[in-house]
Amino acid sequence: MSVAASDFALELLGIRCTFRGREAGASSSSYTAVADTTLRVRAGEFVSVVGPTGCGKSTLLNIGAGLLAPSAGEVRVFGQPLAGINRRAGYMFQAEALLPWRSALDNVMLGLQYRGVPEREAHAQAQAWLERVGLGAFGDRYPHQLSGGMRKRTALAQTLALDPDIILMDEPFSALDIQTRQLMEDEVLDLWAAKKKAVLFITHDLDEAIAMSDRVVVLSAGPATHPIGEFVIDLPRPRRVAEVRTAPRFVELHTQIWNVLRDEVLKGYQQQLRVAA
Amino acid sequence: MKARVMRASRLRLGQWALLLAVLALWQLASRDAQFVFFLGEPVQVAGRIWSWFLPWGVAPNALFPEGLAGNADIYRHLGTTLLETVLAFGIGTVLGLAAGLWLALAPTASAILDPYLKAANAMPRVILAPIFAMWFGLGIWSKVALAVTLVFFIVFFNVYQGVREVSPVLLANARMLGANQKQLLRTVYLPSATAWVFSSLHTSVGLAFVGAVVGEYLGSARGVGYLIQQAEGTFDVNTVFAGIVVLTFFALLLDGLVGTIERRLMTWQPRQGETEKL
Repeated sequence: MSVAASDFALELLGIRCTFRGREAGASSSSYTAVADTTLRVRAGEFVSVVGPTGCGKSTLLNIGAGLLAPSAGEVRVFGQPLAGINRRAGYMFQAEALLPWRSALDNVMLGLQYRGVPEREAHAQAQAWLERVGLGAFGDRYPHQLSGGMRKRTALAQTLALDPDIILMDEPFSALDIQTRQLMEDEVLDLWAAKKKAVLFITHDLDEAIAMSDRVVVLSAGPATHPIGEFVIDLPRPRRVAEVRTAPRFVELHTQIWNVLRDEVLKGYQQQLRVAA
Repeated sequence: MKARVMRASRLRLGQWALLLAVLALWQLASRDAQFVFFLGEPVQVAGRIWSWFLPWGVAPNALFPEGLAGNADIYRHLGTTLLETVLAFGIGTVLGLAAGLWLALAPTASAILDPYLKAANAMPRVILAPIFAMWFGLGIWSKVALAVTLVFFIVFFNVYQGVREVSPVLLANARMLGANQKQLLRTVYLPSATAWVFSSLHTSVGLAFVGAVVGEYLGSARGVGYLIQQAEGTFDVNTVFAGIVVLTFFALLLDGLVGTIERRLMTWQPRQGETEKL
């Protein structure tokens, strides 16, 4: 058991996450976002999690990152129980996370500076990472001077510069236009293929999930989200995101997964309407 | 580009024209004896400013039947007022920044102090002037203390707000990148608060002036506020207006200085309509 456990980079075991309501003690106002969820990511594996909006996908990722402690269950990182921040993970957020008062280069250097890497070395590494994401000439720009896609690339470089063993991504490209998005997806796949890190990728875009992953996990609609289906994506690699979408096997997988996902999306939509009413 | 410069110069022309029109109207109205007693006369106000700043006298002429003395005697007073203002501005800003950072990051202390801070802010603090005069005497420090109480709360509330409103995503990101508490303070909280501090500095530089002048007005032996108070005692309305003009000019100067420093330090902030220079 313990030997096999270390095969996994990240394990979420029997996770339950209940948020307390505003009024202390009122049990009716508490909200269970995630219930009885077990999710394992092998070292070097690319796993996507899809589910209807508002189903607690981000909650799951925050638990894996150690930003949020689960109400019940255990998180293991390379077999070790996690306490506090997950030091072996890099997290790419859905929202803008670059410091607006630092230039692109200084943003990429941030994590290296936190770790006490000497200034000159941190500078060189950050510059190398900026070049790897195609922004070598834009190091002195502030985030507001960069386009949305360039900011995402900078954020990617910032996360990867620390060389994390686990990469957590929370709908990182949802704000981008479709062309930029496909380019970024290909870039992430190339970087991943070179380093073979464990990736836990959250998205609501099924196409994106299938095109990029080794495995797709489907979550149920909230509250008390849990996995309801798991699909191994056996499309050959390397893949080009734009091309793989037309492969017969892709369409087949898409239909299979969508059949499971559709009902949950409808359920989630109904619930949102009820909350709004 | 050329059209923009033209437009700007036309606007500038309009601004000067407005000033001249108001002054001309004022001068015209001041022919009335009743009016001139209460509102003074622009030419005499200008003459007073001349005497204050320049060492050269002017012989009696049509505009100034008694001539102008070249006293150049305002520097002592102006220096005092400016020293009080700058000291109060500096001390108030540093204290406000420190207190704002501390309370924003220490929820328990902030919860305990909350009602007292609200009370202290709601209190009309100008009434503290007599107490400060008792504590610190009639020298500059009673004025500095009064102005500090005005500046402190502006900066304090802005920093407090600024730190509390740091985007949680920025914080989570910095923590994921491995920041400890001290690094968070240095790389996230402080720069974020600085932006808020600068937006409050424009207000607080004016208030530092108010505190200094009101303090002088209520009891002192030197300073522009003292000059105004003396002139008022003899119904010398021209000197009062001259004092107001001088104070306004130097308040604008300090505000401009703050603006320059702000632009120097805040290059990262997007400005409206800024285009990329490639």
